[in-house]
Amino acid sequence: MITKRIIPCLDVRNGRVVKGVNFEGISDVSSPVELAKYYSENGADELVFYDITASFEERALFTDILKEVARTIFIPLTVGGGINELSDFDRVLKCGADKVSVNSGAIRNPNLIYEAAKRYGDQCVVISADVKRVDGVFRVFSKGGRENTGMEAVEWIKRCVDMGAGEVVLNSIDTDGVKKGFDLEMLDAVCNAVSVPVIASGGAGGIKDFITLFKEVPKVDAGLAASIFHFGEVEISDLKRELKENGIDMRI
Amino acid sequence: MTAIVDYGVGNLFSLKSSMEAIGEEIVVTSDEKVLRTADRIILPGVGAFEDAIKKLKDTGLDQVVIDEAKSGKPLMGICLGMQMLLEKSFEYGEHQGLGLIRGEVRSIGEVIPKDLKIPHIGWNGLHLKGEKHPIFKYINEGEHVYFVHSYYGANCTESTIATAEYGAELTAAVAHKNVCGCQFHPEKSGDVGLRILRAFCEMGVADIC
Repeated sequence: MITKRIIPCLDVRNGRVVKGVNFEGISDVSSPVELAKYYSENGADELVFYDITASFEERALFTDILKEVARTIFIPLTVGGGINELSDFDRVLKCGADKVSVNSGAIRNPNLIYEAAKRYGDQCVVISADVKRVDGVFRVFSKGGRENTGMEAVEWIKRCVDMGAGEVVLNSIDTDGVKKGFDLEMLDAVCNAVSVPVIASGGAGGIKDFITLFKEVPKVDAGLAASIFHFGEVEISDLKRELKENGIDMRI
Repeated sequence: MTAIVDYGVGNLFSLKSSMEAIGEEIVVTSDEKVLRTADRIILPGVGAFEDAIKKLKDTGLDQVVIDEAKSGKPLMGICLGMQMLLEKSFEYGEHQGLGLIRGEVRSIGEVIPKDLKIPHIGWNGLHLKGEKHPIFKYINEGEHVYFVHSYYGANCTESTIATAEYGAELTAAVAHKNVCGCQFHPEKSGDVGLRILRAFCEMGVADIC
């Protein structure tokens, strides 16, 4: 059977990985290429690169780095951030990305999902949604979680999948940064509504949170995290070994 | 020198990079002469069967690939490239393949349980079949490779050299004489994938059974 996936996420700005990192054996801790290599050699099943640059010049630098990463690492790469039109898909796919994650760009223009899926295939299009409870209802937020779109999250995600999104990254704003575990209730609601892979994001504080995730929401396909990996709080190889010992199928 | 057939389908950046990473001289080409002089050929492919086989035929490279394969040159198809090696595909209609390996392409939906997701996407373990094929020289039973597909090679049992379990035993790799194909993506399968590509590049006439 296919294994559950563990995915580190790297935020890249101005050619560097944002957020301090501290690994032994890596000379340049904020080099995207060095970090990608480290993760790849230590068991990451996939990498997500998130482009948080703002200017055109920085975007060009990001794509150069992506190319360098894709030349070095031979596991699936997903790229997100600044994906607003078809030409953005084209730009990052040409640099070696396998999947493209779209968030605010799809909220502004939902048809982007359909157009991209038609041109590059469903498996290439990932809908990333930032979701937060407002008066007990799951709402989709845009602009990096700052703006409530008013859309109900499960409906929105279903709509994106119907239009061709082949995978969902569900970021819970409620659990993000709290480090007390993934948002199991929200993940369960989404996993039951769609038939494409769902990646859990937001809330991982330690190994036990991943065990709980895959045990409590068996339909979820992958767990994504950033800081706990970057700060060395959790080593991916240890995490995967413990998950396997707990009966969860892993690529070791 | 290894030639990757460029017939306007998909992105060959990762495949080319992975061949460079194992130190193999690699050319991405649509030039018949280059394909004819290459030591071995890789036929890649993503997307829909009909579109891909049409593009391959439009370039006239289908016949070059067939000729070279029949002359004994090692040929590897990857993903849709593997499916094109078979006789025909039932992906949206019925389409003729290159017919280098007996078998046909069918939807995995016909054989897997309804509750499993399509496409079959992610890392899955390889189950090696029969005598270990030369491309698996450096591979152990159960090692994981990366799959992304909704169709699979059916009725090709005699040439199946590996399967993957996904609610059914899906064809993961096929081979017949000097022609082989991987349903998974070796160029996205980390170190395991690089070992398969390296073994393919080392495949000589003596290895061809």
